[in-house]
Amino acid sequence: MTVTSPALTGPHQHFDAQIRWRTIEIVFWLATLLPFVVTPNYLSLASQIAVTALFALSLDLILGYAGIVSLGHAAFFGFGAYTAGLIAKWGWGEPLSGLVIAGLAAGLLGFVMSFVIARFRHLALIMITLGFGLLLLELANSASWLTGGADGLQGVRMWPLLGLFKFDLYGFVAYWYALIVLFVLFLVARRLTNSPFGLSLRGIRENSVRMRAIGAESRPHIRTIYTISAIMAGVAGAVLTQTTETVSLGVLDFQRSADILVILILGGTGRLYGGLIGAIIYMIARDWFSGVNPQYWYFPIGVLLIAVVLFLPNGILGGIAQLVDTERGRRWFGWLTSPPWRRP
Amino acid sequence: MSELALSTRGLNKSFGSLVVAKDIGIALPRGVRYALIGPNGAGKTTLINLMTGMLRPDGGQIMLGGEDITALGPEQRVRRGLVRTFQINSLFPHLTPLEAVTLTICERERIARTWWRPTSNYRAAIDEAYDILKSLMLGESCYRQTRELPYGQQRLLEIALALATRPKVLLLDEPAAGVPREESAELFTAITSLSQDITVLFIEHDMELVFRLAARIIVMVSGGILLEGTPEEISADPRVREVYLGGAHG
Repeated sequence: MTVTSPALTGPHQHFDAQIRWRTIEIVFWLATLLPFVVTPNYLSLASQIAVTALFALSLDLILGYAGIVSLGHAAFFGFGAYTAGLIAKWGWGEPLSGLVIAGLAAGLLGFVMSFVIARFRHLALIMITLGFGLLLLELANSASWLTGGADGLQGVRMWPLLGLFKFDLYGFVAYWYALIVLFVLFLVARRLTNSPFGLSLRGIRENSVRMRAIGAESRPHIRTIYTISAIMAGVAGAVLTQTTETVSLGVLDFQRSADILVILILGGTGRLYGGLIGAIIYMIARDWFSGVNPQYWYFPIGVLLIAVVLFLPNGILGGIAQLVDTERGRRWFGWLTSPPWRRP
Repeated sequence: MSELALSTRGLNKSFGSLVVAKDIGIALPRGVRYALIGPNGAGKTTLINLMTGMLRPDGGQIMLGGEDITALGPEQRVRRGLVRTFQINSLFPHLTPLEAVTLTICERERIARTWWRPTSNYRAAIDEAYDILKSLMLGESCYRQTRELPYGQQRLLEIALALATRPKVLLLDEPAAGVPREESAELFTAITSLSQDITVLFIEHDMELVFRLAARIIVMVSGGILLEGTPEEISADPRVREVYLGGAHG
C-alpha cells in the first residue's frame, strides 16, 4: 500500500516484497466488513461505495499504471450497467452470468476503442475520451425504445444470488455481493500490477520514448490494459444495476467520469488502494454534506479537493506514504507496512 | 560485406533549408570501437537518431548486418540489435534500476505480456538484470528509485539498459556528458570492458578519451562526413585541426 524500503538482502527479495501482503492491507479488508456490524442501516451506501471503488480501481489501472488519461470512463461503466439491465429485463435475471456478460460487453467496446486510445497521449486523449463518453450518452438518450431514455430502464428484476440470497431492501446481500466482486477483481489487479506486464505499464507511464529505445512496443500493452480496465468498469456498472434494479442515464454522465477521476486523484494514483480510499472518503463526505445542506453540498467537497491537491499533491495515500517513509515513520508504523508474519 | 555490423549509404536529412545530414556513408565492421567527433551542430546526434529510427531519413539506406532496416521502427531495430543511449538521461524516474533493467530483459524475452504471473517468478531475468547492474557498479544502489541516484550512476544506468537488450551495435551519445572528469573513469572502464562482439560508436568531446578508447574515428562537419581514419591519421590531418581541434592538440 505504501512505498517503504524494507531491509533488503538481494534482487529477488526486492520483487518478492512487492507481492507479499502487508499487515495494513489485511486490516483494510477486515475493516470493509465493519458496516455489517457498526452501520447496518447504511449498507446500501456501503455497496455503492464498493461499486465506486471498483470503478476507481479500473481507472487506476490505466491512469495510475499506464499513464492514460481518461475523461470518459463512464462510457464503460454505463455500457456494463445497461447491458446487465437489459439482460435482466429480457428475462434472464441470474446475477453472476449477467455480470460476466456485462463485463465482456464493456470489454469488447473497450477493445475496439483501445486501437484509437493507443495512438494518442495527454491532451488529445482527454478530448477523445470525453467525446466518446458524450457520444455514448447521447446514443443512450436517443435510443429510448431500448434504454428508456431519460426515464431510465424499467422492469429490471434480479433473481436471487446463487438461487439462495434475494437482494433485500436493506442492502445486506447487495453489500456482500459488491464487496466480494470488488475483492476478487482487486486480487486480479494486484496480481497484474506485480507481473512483468505491470512493470512494462509503469515503464510506459514513466517514459514511453525510452520504451521504444529498449525495444518495447507500447501499443499492444496499452490495448490490453485498456480492455481489462473497460471490463472492470463494466462489471462495476453491472453491480450497480443489479443491486439497485434500475438504470438511469446518469451511469453514462460526464459527471460520473469526472467524479471518478477526482476520487482517484483524491486517494492517490498508481497504488491500487488510492481509488478505494478515495471512494470511501468522497462518498461518505458527499452523503454527509448533502444531509447537512442539500442545496450547496458541493461547496465543502470543493474545499476538500483543493486542500488535498494543495497539501497532498500525490493524494491521500501519497501523503501517508511520504510520512511513513521516514526514519520515525518506519519505527512507528513499519509493522503495518510489512507482512504480518515472516516467511520461513 | 557480411562482416559489416552497421552501414549507411547516401543518408540525407534536412529540416526545411537546414541540411543536417548530407550523403552520409559509413561502414562499421563487427567489434570495432568507433568515435564520432565534430564541432557542436555537426549532426552527430542527428546521425544516431537517423540510424536508430528516431528520425526518418529523406533518402538513403541503413543496413544492419546484411539486412536493410531503413523502413523499420525504432523498437524493431532494437530487437535486431541496434541500440542507443541518450545524451540527456532518458530513464524511468520512479522505477528502481533493478526494475528498469528487469523490464528491459522481460521485453527482450517476450514475457512482458504475461500478467498472471508475478515478476518475482522470473528468477533468471532478475539474476541477469542484477549481474548487468553489478558489472556497471550499480549493485549497491539498484534498489533505490532512479531519480534519487547521483548523476554519474544514472549515466551508467543508461548503458545498463542498453546492454540488457543484448546489442550487436551500441551507439553511445556522449556517455559521459555532465559527469565530472574524475568520475568519468568508471564510465569509460565500463565501455572499454564491453564484449568484443559488440560494435561501439560513441560521441565524445573529450579528445583524450577519444584517442585512448577508439580504434577508429569519424569526423563530422556541418552534416557531412569530413574524414574517417585511425587516431593517428585523424590527429595528423590538417583539415581536422582546422575545423575541429583548432590547433589545441598541438
